[in-house]
Amino acid sequence: MSTPAVQVLHATVVRGGQAVLQDVSFTVPRGSFVGVLGANGAGKTTLFQALLGLAPAQSGTLHINGAPVHCGNAAVGYMPQMRKVVGGQLSGWSMVAAALKGRKWGLPWCGRAGRAAVDAALAAVDAQDLARKPLETLSGGQRQRLLLAQTLLDDPSLLLLDEPLASLDPARMRETALRIHSLAQSRNMTVLMSAHDINPLMGVMDHVLYLARGKALLGTVDEVITTEALTALYGAQVDVVRAGGRVFVVAEGGGSALQPHDCPGGHSHA
Amino acid sequence: MLEYDFMRIAFVAAFWVGIVCGPVGWFLVLRGQTFASHALSHVGFAGATGALLLGFPPLAGLTSGALLAGILMGVAPERTAGRDVMIGLVLSVALGLGALCLHFLTHAASAATALLFGDILGVSRTMLLWLVALSVCCLGALAFMGRPLLFASLQPELAAAKGVRLRVLDIAFLALVALATAECAQITGILLVFTLMVAPAATVLRLGIAPLYGLALAACLAVAEAWGGLVLSWYTDAPTSFWIALLGALGFVGACVSRRVTSA
Ligand SMILES: Nc1ncnc2c1ncn2[C@@H]1O[C@H](COP(=O)(O)OP(=O)(O)OP(=O)(O)O)[C@@H](O)[C@H]1O
Ligand SMILES: [Mg+2]
Repeated sequence: MSTPAVQVLHATVVRGGQAVLQDVSFTVPRGSFVGVLGANGAGKTTLFQALLGLAPAQSGTLHINGAPVHCGNAAVGYMPQMRKVVGGQLSGWSMVAAALKGRKWGLPWCGRAGRAAVDAALAAVDAQDLARKPLETLSGGQRQRLLLAQTLLDDPSLLLLDEPLASLDPARMRETALRIHSLAQSRNMTVLMSAHDINPLMGVMDHVLYLARGKALLGTVDEVITTEALTALYGAQVDVVRAGGRVFVVAEGGGSALQPHDCPGGHSHA
Repeated sequence: MLEYDFMRIAFVAAFWVGIVCGPVGWFLVLRGQTFASHALSHVGFAGATGALLLGFPPLAGLTSGALLAGILMGVAPERTAGRDVMIGLVLSVALGLGALCLHFLTHAASAATALLFGDILGVSRTMLLWLVALSVCCLGALAFMGRPLLFASLQPELAAAKGVRLRVLDIAFLALVALATAECAQITGILLVFTLMVAPAATVLRLGIAPLYGLALAACLAVAEAWGGLVLSWYTDAPTSFWIALLGALGFVGACVSRRVTSA
């Protein structure tokens, strides 16, 4: 078999004096679409930062495409969770283009090849028209589409998307998940995508990576999202309820361990 | 008016200062750090009065004071709560120190006015040479770090993930702002640094012009406003700083109105 896209072995990542990920091991094969799930503070963002080389692991090893993780890896496309809008008057095109060879010194000049690359990335997500408008006039979901285009700029083989579905309505969530899926298929990309609701990802995901209490569990939906597996992961009674083709993960006492966006117009999580 | 040597020097000085203040201000406004530049100019004031007291040229004191403060500000833990408060504190202490130095100066009043409100007509040939040298350095530095600075300003998290050294850029940029502020204070005075640093840049940003063109246009606008101020003050006898401030404000209001009209 070829080298795995992501291989994490006995990794411990400490944040603010507390081990967020503890002795975590998992392997993601190439071309796989992985939904990274877990409650707030479970360590999804921390895991991505560790894979980007921004949060060094205390112990253990993390490899991407067979090479140890390092900062500024062009093979990794990243969509951060924090999406503050700076320079709202600038066009979406300018924002996307700013990432092009963004770490190279010099004037922010794209050149013909650069402009073509930006246009191609925007075309891949059908955002050419959006990109002409000033950022501040776009909705959150439209801006997210531009950010998705931006992750494609360096032709990455691995996408780390931190909650790309946040603040989208249920229909848009599904649409975005399908869009990412088809992009990944056509470009042979491996995708790790964190989310709070498993349902928009059903049928799209190949694997689930479930994070809780510093531990991680990787497997197919049928393997991981079960009452037994999640109860063992949480160390407390967790029930998986399937109703009307949807999945709900419910913690003891009625609170949901994952927060599903089940009802249209329901609450959203930042 | 161009038959007078001091006017010719003033126009040349205004050109070199404007061409730096515009683009540096563009990044300053984009990054929301205008308050920092205001504080830097006040620290520069303390440096300038201190230099006068010790018998050094005020520009040297202004530049080194602002530069030191800029680097310290960049090194200080970023994004901590109450950074505004810290900058405000530094600003007031610096102004107080400046007042103390002025107190011991013999020609305090005229020196203070020149520092606070600018004295573009009093620029000497040596000073002009210094301004040109500073401007060339600033423009070179800005051209060198333009691309990563833009990326880091627009999307800091993504830039960090792509290997941009945010911390280094923070410090380098504030040092650059300090130099530009010191130059600008020479023309508009410490209290009116905003007029050349912030007004043209904010006007251009408001128009939503793409980065590279925006930077160039901000430079042109800053030069135009500085020259406009010189011409107007020649014909009206009102101080140059006043006219530059007024032109800056008018430009910004004009940009806001035109933006509203075109988007409506
Ligand atoms: N820079 C930091 N310094 C200190 N602690 C941090 C830092 N970043 C995260 N943490 C801690 O690490 C833990 C995991 O945070 P992380 O952001 O990875 O969670 P998450 O799964 O992404 O949550 P969310 O769903 O809210 O985005 C939290 O307890 C958080 O307090
Ligand atoms: Mg997170």
